[in-house]
Amino acid sequence: MRAYLTLVRRELSSFFISWTGYIIIAGVVFLIGFSFASLLRGLNAEATPVPVTQLFYETLYFWLVLLIVAPLITMRSFAMEKATGTYETLMTTPVGDAQVVLAKFTGALVFYLILWLPLVACIWIVRLYSNDPSAFEPGSVATTYLGIFLLGCLYMSLGIFASALTRSQIISAMVTFAMGIALFMVSFLGKSVGAQTSWQSRVVGYFGLMEHMRDFAHGIIDSRPVVMSLSLTAFFLFLTWKSVESRRWR
Amino acid sequence: MDNGWMIEVENLTKRYPGRVAVAGVSFTVARGEIVGLLGRNGAGKSTIMRVLSGFMPATTGTVRVAGYDVFHQADEVRRCIGYMPENNPLLRDMRVREYLKFRASLKGLRRAVARERIDLVLQQCGLMDVQKRIIGHLSKGYQQRVGLADALVHQPQLIILDEPTIGLDPNQIRAVRQLIKDLGGQHTVLISTHILPEVEMMCNRVLILHEGEILAHDTPDNLQQIMSQGGQVIAEIVAPQDELHACWESMAEVEQFDLSAAEGEYVRCALTARPGVDLRPQVYALACERGWKLRELSRSRYSLEDIFVRVTRTDGEET
Repeated sequence: MRAYLTLVRRELSSFFISWTGYIIIAGVVFLIGFSFASLLRGLNAEATPVPVTQLFYETLYFWLVLLIVAPLITMRSFAMEKATGTYETLMTTPVGDAQVVLAKFTGALVFYLILWLPLVACIWIVRLYSNDPSAFEPGSVATTYLGIFLLGCLYMSLGIFASALTRSQIISAMVTFAMGIALFMVSFLGKSVGAQTSWQSRVVGYFGLMEHMRDFAHGIIDSRPVVMSLSLTAFFLFLTWKSVESRRWR
Repeated sequence: MDNGWMIEVENLTKRYPGRVAVAGVSFTVARGEIVGLLGRNGAGKSTIMRVLSGFMPATTGTVRVAGYDVFHQADEVRRCIGYMPENNPLLRDMRVREYLKFRASLKGLRRAVARERIDLVLQQCGLMDVQKRIIGHLSKGYQQRVGLADALVHQPQLIILDEPTIGLDPNQIRAVRQLIKDLGGQHTVLISTHILPEVEMMCNRVLILHEGEILAHDTPDNLQQIMSQGGQVIAEIVAPQDELHACWESMAEVEQFDLSAAEGEYVRCALTARPGVDLRPQVYALACERGWKLRELSRSRYSLEDIFVRVTRTDGEET
């Protein structure tokens, strides 16, 4: 456990020691701010019954942040250690493979969650300056964050897995990006699959990230997306663990 | 389990796809020894070290460290080993002390113990003055010492250093060597290198590796003695050349000789003796007997370097 915490701290601090972390934060703050600005413009033009949280995520910026930031955060985790050789010193300490994988994942996830903090400020500003207190409903903000958290788990585990496969950060980032986009595109597929009742559309429906996120922004917690993202996360972490372990059976 | 051996390697073979890196190597290392693995690049030194450190498994064969099987008891083995891989990878964005603290914690040291150990290794490795500096900003010599300090911090029984002096300037090399020498006795040390004087200076025993096999295995002195048998004796004598000629020819122990004029009136005789014979006393006796002036009398010993070249070359010619 102590080794795990040490590793998590190291992962997190590595974001803040180098410029990468700050550049990512700056980029995300810019995107969130941009979506905030366009949102306010929209709200000024006409009133809307849709919750503010949903408006936030419905701008494409939200997905942009997720899709671009996930590869950037995770590409370093294993690939860089392999490239610099520190992987060897790490893996010859009495720390289990699973612990290393979990620590890398936790580090990436915590950093990802930090990235989303400015959103709270934006929502708070809306509430402060709008006369309508219902614009800021703690419940729906909480579920929005739950959705952000679950999507983060999924995308971080995916990125960590890609990073464990290679020693090149660029390849890792591209693989993560491609897989992330593919997963995201499934929700568009839903519209073209046809009848709502066919099994195809039900399968696609389980993976429809946009629909899931819409529910969360509405303040609805559906168990299906929760199970879906957590199980996929576990699956990718398991694959990562096995791929880290595979050096011992080759 | 514990029979006094720190390392027991039996029939270790490691195959990479399409290539055999180590082919059926067996050796043992006793506690407190400093053993050098010597070999050209690609001879299999790093592979053996990686298997020993538990980073990757052997294809076949058993490897035990301090009585623990490297594959089945990997965690116990890792606790006994301080390993510095090739090229000494470090987290270059960390500060020296911070890095050692991080490593100590990974190796399971409690905070109070870690602080004490870190102070000790910082002192031992001469890092006290730079402990607050960022590793990436340090000179290569200091970085190497940070790697050593990391290998030492948890007081391992066995220290494995893969080419610890590579890329250092002569002064830094000397410092690192002294450090390693000081480790002998309390720790068992296995170092790999392709720099021969290093082994001569530091190691109790040498393993010469070539293409994944052990070619020679002995103390540096013994190796020199064995290989230097039949070495050349050089004598510079004042005497008529034809007299010398006749004299060496009549001596049964001299296999071959070569005379050349040295400066002054001296004649330089290069005598090759039969294996196992030291010609020097006889040459001295002869010179005394005939009243010749004798200026130099020496036997050229093969350096480990010559031995290495000879051992690895013969092998190459055979295949």
